[in-house]
Amino acid sequence: MNDPVTEKLFELLKQVTGYIYPNEIEVHWGILIVVYPYLTGLVAGAFILASLVKVFSIKEVQPAYRLALLTALAFLLVAPLPLLLHLGHPERSYEIFLNPNFSSAMAMFGFVYAWYLMVVLLLEIWFTYRRDLILWSKEEKFPMKLIHRVISLFSNDVSEKSYEFDRKVVKGITIIGIPSAFLLHGYVGFIFGSIKANPWWSSVLMPIVFLFSAIVSGIALVILLYMVITPLRREKIDMKCLDKMASYLFYAVIVDFSLESLDFIHRFYESEESIRILSELVVNKLFISLGIIQVLLGMLLPLGIMVAIRLLRFDEELRKLLYFVSVILIQLGIFATRWNVVIGGQMFSKSFRGLMAYRMDLTGMEGFLMTLVLLILPFVLLAILIKLLPPWETAKKNVIEEKTP
Amino acid sequence: MERRGFLKKCFSFIVSGSVVGGFLRRASARTEGYDPSKHYYGMGIQIEKCIGCGRCVEACKEENDVPKEPFFFRTWVERYVIKKDSEVSVQNIDTRIERTVEPAIEKDVLRSFFVPKLCNQCENPPCVQVCPVGATFKTKDGVILVDENRCIGCRYCIQACPYGARYLHPEKETADKCTFCYHRITRGLLPACVEVCPTQARVFGDVRSSASPLARFRRMNKLHVLKPFLNTEPKVSYSGLDGEVR
Repeated sequence: MNDPVTEKLFELLKQVTGYIYPNEIEVHWGILIVVYPYLTGLVAGAFILASLVKVFSIKEVQPAYRLALLTALAFLLVAPLPLLLHLGHPERSYEIFLNPNFSSAMAMFGFVYAWYLMVVLLLEIWFTYRRDLILWSKEEKFPMKLIHRVISLFSNDVSEKSYEFDRKVVKGITIIGIPSAFLLHGYVGFIFGSIKANPWWSSVLMPIVFLFSAIVSGIALVILLYMVITPLRREKIDMKCLDKMASYLFYAVIVDFSLESLDFIHRFYESEESIRILSELVVNKLFISLGIIQVLLGMLLPLGIMVAIRLLRFDEELRKLLYFVSVILIQLGIFATRWNVVIGGQMFSKSFRGLMAYRMDLTGMEGFLMTLVLLILPFVLLAILIKLLPPWETAKKNVIEEKTP
Repeated sequence: MERRGFLKKCFSFIVSGSVVGGFLRRASARTEGYDPSKHYYGMGIQIEKCIGCGRCVEACKEENDVPKEPFFFRTWVERYVIKKDSEVSVQNIDTRIERTVEPAIEKDVLRSFFVPKLCNQCENPPCVQVCPVGATFKTKDGVILVDENRCIGCRYCIQACPYGARYLHPEKETADKCTFCYHRITRGLLPACVEVCPTQARVFGDVRSSASPLARFRRMNKLHVLKPFLNTEPKVSYSGLDGEVR
């Protein structure tokens, strides 16, 4: 058998340093499994930002509320794709739903995902838009009229009472939604954190670190989208909204940074058996992706910028520019975080005696191009969702201004 | 009408019952007369007896259709050379890998030995715990198997195995590992690696049996297992295992 897979493994074998178990040469969880926690992190983060508006009555962020919800939905719809594509037998993936092994963290995926999509996100979006959908459809022509009627599930009631009910339900769902968002991403962290065989992953902090990095990336993404889309609509960016979102981002980055530092210090201080190989891993394999991209560019630099914004009174234009740079750096940093966890965790041998190599293909199911498609697809979906459910327009016949509760 | 419905149901019950029964009979026909609940298998490995010939590796690959390439092993043998300056060098002795290894100068060597490795058939198997669809399971006789018709190829088990004992079969795209040659042991034969070992470094048997080579091995030796701190409770135990072995 001399197919490309084994040829590639022969190539990688030459890059092995030290001793690895012979079955370890293949990096089993490649770039697609980097994309998966990245996408779910964005979902959880965007949703938590939206929830702040409803639960804690943060009026300033109201202009980005619906956008955050739609962002969460667009990314959630794509999130299972990388998992599915990476399976050896995707045609058997239904087994996870039909025959789940309840002791497996991964088997819970189906339930967590279905709960989050069906019970939390879709319901919240529906109740948020219900009255607008009815009012829009009254003024529209085919086909949008029909589409909005269908999405509203042919609901007709636009009375004050029904609107009050919608608002109550939304608040209720949000209250369930926050722990659900925590569950969604904390659970992804648990998939890695519960692997006792792998000292790079096995950490009780892993779900919490995942969660806070999720919040960071989600807020940063909504800020980025808000800053890009608003000028495209020839509207003025609401600086109060932007400043408020940025301040949440700032706090989330601080918590995230503290947790990751704690993890690092804890490992280094305890210096268990694995510390030597993990240090080699960081120095030899992850120096750029961890040291430079994740920590320096993705964390310290944006943190510095945000501290400067808070201390010095920059004018609006400069603030916008700095926020924009920060959120892009943060996205880069969080993607690198996912890379360092997933790929980094498979670059050292469980014999703790050697390091492996990973090479991403350009084409193929687990290649670079597929990754690009999976990262672009949520934005395409978001564009469609924005077209169907405009997040900034409330219906013209809106007798009651949409209020924050 | 009611009677007709009842008869119809009776008929379909009998037909479907006989079909299911037939399947069950076929499934059990492979191991006729074998009662898994009467066995509980384990293996003993005597480090001091292993000469690193690699015949066990070859036999395993032949017996179980393990791909020939040096990235897929159900069992392998490691060679440890510990030098006087405490430097440890480990090597997989698979003869097909063309890696230039500097021969150790004898006077520098403190001790040297071979360690056969395979799936430890853990009592608390992490691979079984993490498999999302239950494709990896523990049999009544204590062997961890993979149902290749159910495995979805997610590779979580490969990540969870602390011993690197699993690989993804490149053609089947499902997880694969040592089964103690389950098709042989249920017919009263020895696993292929045990059968071919010229020095009897591998001892196979029933851990509950009081009179067997394995029982004798367990009685006569100080035993150790790999990575005991992970609480996987391996059923493969070693005598003469060096502390450097992971």
